Amino acid sequence: MAEIFWGTIWPLVLLIVYILVIVVPLLVAVAYLTYAERKVIGGMQLRQGPMFVGPYGLLQPLADGVKLFFKETVIPSRANKGVFLIAPMITFILALIGWAVIPFGDGLVLADINVGILYLFAVSSLGVYGIIMAGWASNSRYAFLGALRSSAQMISYEIAMGMIIISVLLTAGSLNLSEIVRAQAEQGWYLFWHFPMFMIFLVAILAETNRLPFDLPEDEASLVTGYNVEYSSMTFALFFLGEYANMILMSAMATILFLGGWLPPFEVAPFTWIPGPIWFILKVCVILFVYIWARATLPRYRYDQLMRLGWKVLLPISFGWLVLTAGVLVAFDLVPG
Amino acid sequence: MQAYLAEYLPILIFLGIAVGLAAIIVLASMVIAPQHPEREKLSAYECGFEPFDDTRGRFDVRFYLVAILFIIFDLEVAFLFPWAVSLGEIGMFGFWSMIVFLIVLTVGFVYEWKKGGLEWE
Repeated sequence: MAEIFWGTIWPLVLLIVYILVIVVPLLVAVAYLTYAERKVIGGMQLRQGPMFVGPYGLLQPLADGVKLFFKETVIPSRANKGVFLIAPMITFILALIGWAVIPFGDGLVLADINVGILYLFAVSSLGVYGIIMAGWASNSRYAFLGALRSSAQMISYEIAMGMIIISVLLTAGSLNLSEIVRAQAEQGWYLFWHFPMFMIFLVAILAETNRLPFDLPEDEASLVTGYNVEYSSMTFALFFLGEYANMILMSAMATILFLGGWLPPFEVAPFTWIPGPIWFILKVCVILFVYIWARATLPRYRYDQLMRLGWKVLLPISFGWLVLTAGVLVAFDLVPG
Repeated sequence: MQAYLAEYLPILIFLGIAVGLAAIIVLASMVIAPQHPEREKLSAYECGFEPFDDTRGRFDVRFYLVAILFIIFDLEVAFLFPWAVSLGEIGMFGFWSMIVFLIVLTVGFVYEWKKGGLEWE
């Protein structure tokens, strides 16, 4: 009896605890990301942002959540009810499960699978399903158009993202996320080796998560809010949570690929005292700040400009860089492994 | 084999927890919050108009075109993943084989660009 407990049940309980240790702070982070966004944009526009609920408005995200929770869940009469309800869940679930492979520190990873980056890429690609299902099931013009735009945009930028990831893989020689970070400990951060790719990656993750200046699917002026126009209450909240969790996930991905994950910026005394996960979170915050900064600064793209940027600018540049990287590595016999 | 699959167990459990969480959030809200459905509230939003036909009508063929192009390039990316991590082992032969493949693909890309397949007006 005791053997079964210590052999099977206990590791399982431990595993569930680990997962909750990831999920709960993530959801809190999502809530406070919305708060940070409103505060930062407020500051950039010389406003104060939320400030009435709690000290400095710190309880605002909580109040928003509670308000949404007690709203009525409206399911349009002409909608396909099953798909309509499943779509936001898919968005939310996919935004969560990507975190299973993220290394927060050296060895601090839930599932250290050897195809980590492939898994992450696949999960972020599947995000399109939640959106297109929502747009189709709503049976509303705006939702349908928003979903079409959104999915076309996401798949367009995904290709550039794939090319960028492959450039990094060539230099790291592994698909494992922890190995990619360890390779950067030896070779220096890929931010320096692949600087143009880092910039393109930042643009691509903005488009991939439908954020300004690429938030055409949610274009208020012409599409109301796009694919989630018919959603209310917690079904809407799941889209919202999923989108923000995805933003953090993409920032974590950029941190791992280019900013050396949990590594301190310099391997000298005051920097090495701070533990790895703290560095990881700090770097993720920096990229999240860039997200918010872009939203406060840049005007929205037109759809044709958006597609042109994806297919005619980012794709050829990342493709060329990929061939260049492979060529240099082979020519100077620097290929890892 | 067993150890290899064991690596994916946490992901499976994570998936289970995520599904459960999503279902609980939606269902709990539907149970707790008062629901007063009525005909006008449940009609699709269309700026106050009655929606007079099915909304899943025709849309621009370019969306199909983008999807088809995406499949080609995403397959290419899928080919490149294993190539990128094994470049050290497959050597010059592996490198040049992929370059030939990429040249063929680039020719296709240039063709579709010149044909105007990437234009949105």
